[in-house]
Amino acid sequence: MLAALLFAGSAWAGEVVVYSARNEQLIKPLFDAYTQETGVRVRFITDKEGPLLARLKAEGRNTPADVLLTVDAGNLWQAANEKLLQPVDSATLKANIPAHLRDPGNQWFGLSVRARTLVYNTARVKPEALSTYEDLADPKWKGRLCLRSAKKVYNQSLVAMMIHEHGEAKTERIVRGWVANLATAPLPDDTKAMEAVAAGQCDVTLVNTYYFGRLLQAKPGLPLAVFWPNQDAQDRHGGAHVNISGAGLTRHAKRPRAAVRLLEWLSSDKAQQFYADVNLEYPANPAVQPHAAVAAWGEFRQNLINVSEAGRLQARAVMLMDRAGYK
Amino acid sequence: MTARSWPAWAAALPIAAVTAVPVAVVAASLLAPDAEIWSHLWQHVLPELLVNTFWLVLGVGVGVTLLGVSLAWLTAACEYPGRRFFAWALLLPLALPAYITAFVWLGLFDFTGTVPTWLRETWGVAWHPPIRSRGGVILVMTLALYPYVFLTASAAFRGQGGRMLEAAQTLGLSRVAAFFRVALPIARPGIMAGLLLALMETLADFGTVAVFNYDTFTTAIYKTWFSLFSLQAASQLASILVLFVFVAVLLESQLRARTSFAASPRGEVAMGRIRLTGWRAGLAAGWSALVFAVAFVLPVWQIGVWAADVFARDFDSRYLVFVSRTLLLAALGTALVVAAALLLAYAQRLRPTLAMRAVARLATLGYALPGAVLAVGIFIPVAWLDNRLVEWLAVLGRDGGQVLGGTLLVMLLAYCARFLAVGYGPVDAGLARVSRALDEVAQSLGAVAGRRLLRVHLPLLRAGLLTAAALVFVDIMKELPITLMTRPFGWDTLAVRVFEMTSEGEWQRAALPAAAIVLAGLLPVMLLIRSREHAHA
Repeated sequence: MLAALLFAGSAWAGEVVVYSARNEQLIKPLFDAYTQETGVRVRFITDKEGPLLARLKAEGRNTPADVLLTVDAGNLWQAANEKLLQPVDSATLKANIPAHLRDPGNQWFGLSVRARTLVYNTARVKPEALSTYEDLADPKWKGRLCLRSAKKVYNQSLVAMMIHEHGEAKTERIVRGWVANLATAPLPDDTKAMEAVAAGQCDVTLVNTYYFGRLLQAKPGLPLAVFWPNQDAQDRHGGAHVNISGAGLTRHAKRPRAAVRLLEWLSSDKAQQFYADVNLEYPANPAVQPHAAVAAWGEFRQNLINVSEAGRLQARAVMLMDRAGYK
Repeated sequence: MTARSWPAWAAALPIAAVTAVPVAVVAASLLAPDAEIWSHLWQHVLPELLVNTFWLVLGVGVGVTLLGVSLAWLTAACEYPGRRFFAWALLLPLALPAYITAFVWLGLFDFTGTVPTWLRETWGVAWHPPIRSRGGVILVMTLALYPYVFLTASAAFRGQGGRMLEAAQTLGLSRVAAFFRVALPIARPGIMAGLLLALMETLADFGTVAVFNYDTFTTAIYKTWFSLFSLQAASQLASILVLFVFVAVLLESQLRARTSFAASPRGEVAMGRIRLTGWRAGLAAGWSALVFAVAFVLPVWQIGVWAADVFARDFDSRYLVFVSRTLLLAALGTALVVAAALLLAYAQRLRPTLAMRAVARLATLGYALPGAVLAVGIFIPVAWLDNRLVEWLAVLGRDGGQVLGGTLLVMLLAYCARFLAVGYGPVDAGLARVSRALDEVAQSLGAVAGRRLLRVHLPLLRAGLLTAAALVFVDIMKELPITLMTRPFGWDTLAVRVFEMTSEGEWQRAALPAAAIVLAGLLPVMLLIRSREHAHA
């Protein structure tokens, strides 16, 4: 038995192999449904984004992976940049996924939308006082702002998109303003940041909405609410910052057609509903309605700049945050 | 290499290669520095991180030595109420992944934590301990890592026997002076072995410091890789870290080589324990209980509460599979690592030259690298070899995918590269306490090297080997980056479950697999203690 374990065979007919940085509990139910519907088995391995990309690169043409599935546009951009993906020409994917949520070169496609928004303490802040991400740098928020660590990619891609919009000099001033307004050192995750707001350690923070949904499901009574920033219709660049989870076809996929069929299925109405709902995210496919709990936070205008910009400018954003002292 | 030295080298070199190849892959990055990233790091990142890292290493070093040595001396050489319990219970924090403990501490003592919230809401006291601080990180890491020193120092104190201490006292030293001038110096190799492990783990840690947002050198490595997208520059930083550790450990082992402390051949005779009475016994029991409560009971209580909350939702029959795989991997990995460590330590005993010491130290560097960097360093040569194999086999008419990739063989070799230091330290320290006079006697009686190892040294090394095995076993159970990167498809372990939950911030749900790791980790610790008690009964 040990010998069989030590040298496990690999070839299976009717299967697709996925490398995923999206967690097992979020993807396995979907893959099981796909197998039930099509008879195609989905084998997958989960890891962090960086190691998965290094792994794909090292394996080169002999990689078993057909699909790379990850969270965050920056990682998908980097995968394309390192030539680990290949373009997919699929009318279905183009129809289902809006242009700003997929790679201009069709190497990857967003599958869910993760909006980064403001969450404030309803007892201490009137929503009229809130307006934009940039406004949080205003001295009126001194000692009232909580932020998650700058090491999380969500904040990096937000700053990257601000660089796209305002240029580096202005963005650095804004980030310095945020840092000057902090009530406490940056917190390790979005949930801790919201708990600090709820407890009155600070008044407002920046979070991804699904963390808000999850926290309110666990503790319904907290004095917290969502505020959608940058919604001014006059603002050409406006809209709340969105990032994606998404997937692409690996450059050396052994089963490219089966892999594209899986991608297309994931962008379909039925899969999209589950894909987004299981983590309280927004479906990437605009024809699909978000979960009722998610819809309750209200409609909002997304920033329509292509999310690949977040990847292209990520390294610049990180260096800028280092300079500004945002840890 | 003389004719007589070849068996030692033949044993040492292949073992060293398992670690040296990945380290060399990482170090190869030094050939192509990235000027832009480096100038940014020098200017804005590294100065502060080096200071942070310095204080962290210093603080944890002092902390684990104080806790580890004091508790080891009490439980190994003294007798007081509860000693038998604390002798094994004080090892248990080892089974807790440190980043989970860190999160528990934040959840209890930060502004929004249970205790300050209670103080505010019940008493109107607006105070919270500054847990997200340098002191907080040092405290939590000390509590997580002191068992390394505790375990290796216990083995060292036990191995001494009571005679030396008695001799010192008959020569007029007070009991306290005898401890500092006799017992402590003799135990130094053991203490250093544990301290080295704790410090290497501190340097390579990413998860725990991330919870506190305390930036260290390793933070910079991951940031450069994951955020600046430069695995190249990240590997360069990692190479510098490894070089630093290499020089430090080589210096330490050179220093140690000059001073040789070996117990008398009959030293393993059980020593008479110092019986503590009155307030001394109370103090000893109180100190042991305090450390046990803070380092283990507190985090485990919180993990237990969380695990109970999610039990109904998350627990299913798959947990049997996770547990059995975790135990299987840990058992196979431990056997391999301890065997390799024994051969390596023994090769160094046969050929105690600087070259051999350097090879032995090189072989144990895998522990000082941040886990994910080492995982890539392992993966790249394996994938390269695999790709060549696929090509050759294709010539022979085999058509198919990877041969090595995704096999347990690669996984176990990777564990070896990672954890050889953990196995080597206790074994080497144990061997150092066996007098060389014994080797000479055995040799003069005609026993060849292999036979000397089996008949003379192994029985005396028992405590060192058990210590090594327990440490490696628990470490493999908790290991994450290598397990993630090299596991076969579908081979999820308990640590992988912890990862799946924490990577999306679901700390409460991570408590269930974490609790399972603690429960499974009890097993090797119990076995270790039982057989140790037997050895000294």
